[in-house]
Amino acid sequence: MDSSALLTELPRLRRYARALVGDRAAADDLVQDTLERAWSRVAQWRQGSDLRAWLFSIMHNLRVDQLRRPGLNTLPMEDEDCAVPARATQSDRLELGDLGSALARLPEEQRAVLLLVAIEEMRYDEVAATLGIPVGTVMSRLSRGRERLRLILDGRPPSTNLRVVR
Amino acid sequence: MSEQAITEADLHAYVDGQLPETGRAEVEDYLAAQPEAAARVRAFRAQRDALRQHYDPVLDEEIPASLRRLAAKPPVAVDAKKQPFLSRWSLQRFAAGVVIAVIGGAAGWLGHARYQGGEQMVHMSPLPRQAAVAHVVYSPDIRRPVEVTADQEDQLVKWLSKRLGTPVTPPKLGAIGYELIGGRLLPGNSGPVAQFMYHDASGQRLTLYVTTENTTNRDTGFRFAKEGPVNVFYWVDGKFGYALSAGIDKGELARVATAVYDQLEHK
Repeated sequence: MDSSALLTELPRLRRYARALVGDRAAADDLVQDTLERAWSRVAQWRQGSDLRAWLFSIMHNLRVDQLRRPGLNTLPMEDEDCAVPARATQSDRLELGDLGSALARLPEEQRAVLLLVAIEEMRYDEVAATLGIPVGTVMSRLSRGRERLRLILDGRPPSTNLRVVR
Repeated sequence: MSEQAITEADLHAYVDGQLPETGRAEVEDYLAAQPEAAARVRAFRAQRDALRQHYDPVLDEEIPASLRRLAAKPPVAVDAKKQPFLSRWSLQRFAAGVVIAVIGGAAGWLGHARYQGGEQMVHMSPLPRQAAVAHVVYSPDIRRPVEVTADQEDQLVKWLSKRLGTPVTPPKLGAIGYELIGGRLLPGNSGPVAQFMYHDASGQRLTLYVTTENTTNRDTGFRFAKEGPVNVFYWVDGKFGYALSAGIDKGELARVATAVYDQLEHK
């Protein structure tokens, strides 16, 4: 692994982390952890393979670990698990202009897919490989994430089970 | 491809430019005939453009020197115990301590607090963890689960409101099968917090933990956390943090959380 190649990827790693995590310092911590893990596993990287995809999947795995850490074991709420109670207070409405806070209200797994597709412009199969999930799952998360974000930005926070028509 | 053959996935692939040339024309025909789908496609495009506009400036930010250094060359020794990991390690130790406390009950909790010393002051416990520990400590108590029982609800409300410095009332959950047992005052991260306990006809207990310590947190939507056997729904509303804990499944707890939220919202 070439350090100049790694430097080249830094801005994109930071952009994705910022959008995923929200908080600037926490996002840069995630990037730092990603770099450290990349160096520690440099032997696993095959010369000539896609460095960016490799780094993004390291970041994803770190993030999964973070979310599993004891005490911060918050699970994303799947729409179909149960009716997610709606938040539609006045203060929420004031924040609607803030894309970041709308994004933060998506389940992490939907947010990750949406960002990789929309911001990183990854192909669906690349997203699937990066996150270690089937392409079908990428599509359903993308679809749910976009629909949910649309409702939030429209000021109609998704309340009950959101049916996505296939 | 007939119009019926256009799938949700096709629409997304169209938005993302991941459809082959031939498919694009068919989706366009479909959208021309389906204004509702066309509106969604426009919204998805607008989302994508807004996201890029919002986050692309990060690309032009100056990269923190620590990251640049780390990208330029490997850390001298890749050692998880090194400096950058210190805070995380102590956090993990702290979290592990909490797990032990949950298993060991109140005695374990007190011992842990003494053992951990100052760390607890440094790392404030997140709301769901505090609430889950309080739930595990008090809800199994047969003889004295609460300090003030529901038959003295007026006094309970008066007392807790006075101690928390703001009106606090237990929501009424009788309509969904949960009766108030009573409540108690607890120490939070920086002051008093309240815990209300309920039970259903089968004796299943749930607790609502109410803090007024949220000075920095923004409002949140409903969040779900799992602490061992305890499921917790929590949310932040202004200075209030609420956490509803019980050993019941997520769907049932969500139902109760909705009822609680509705009442707090419309009081």
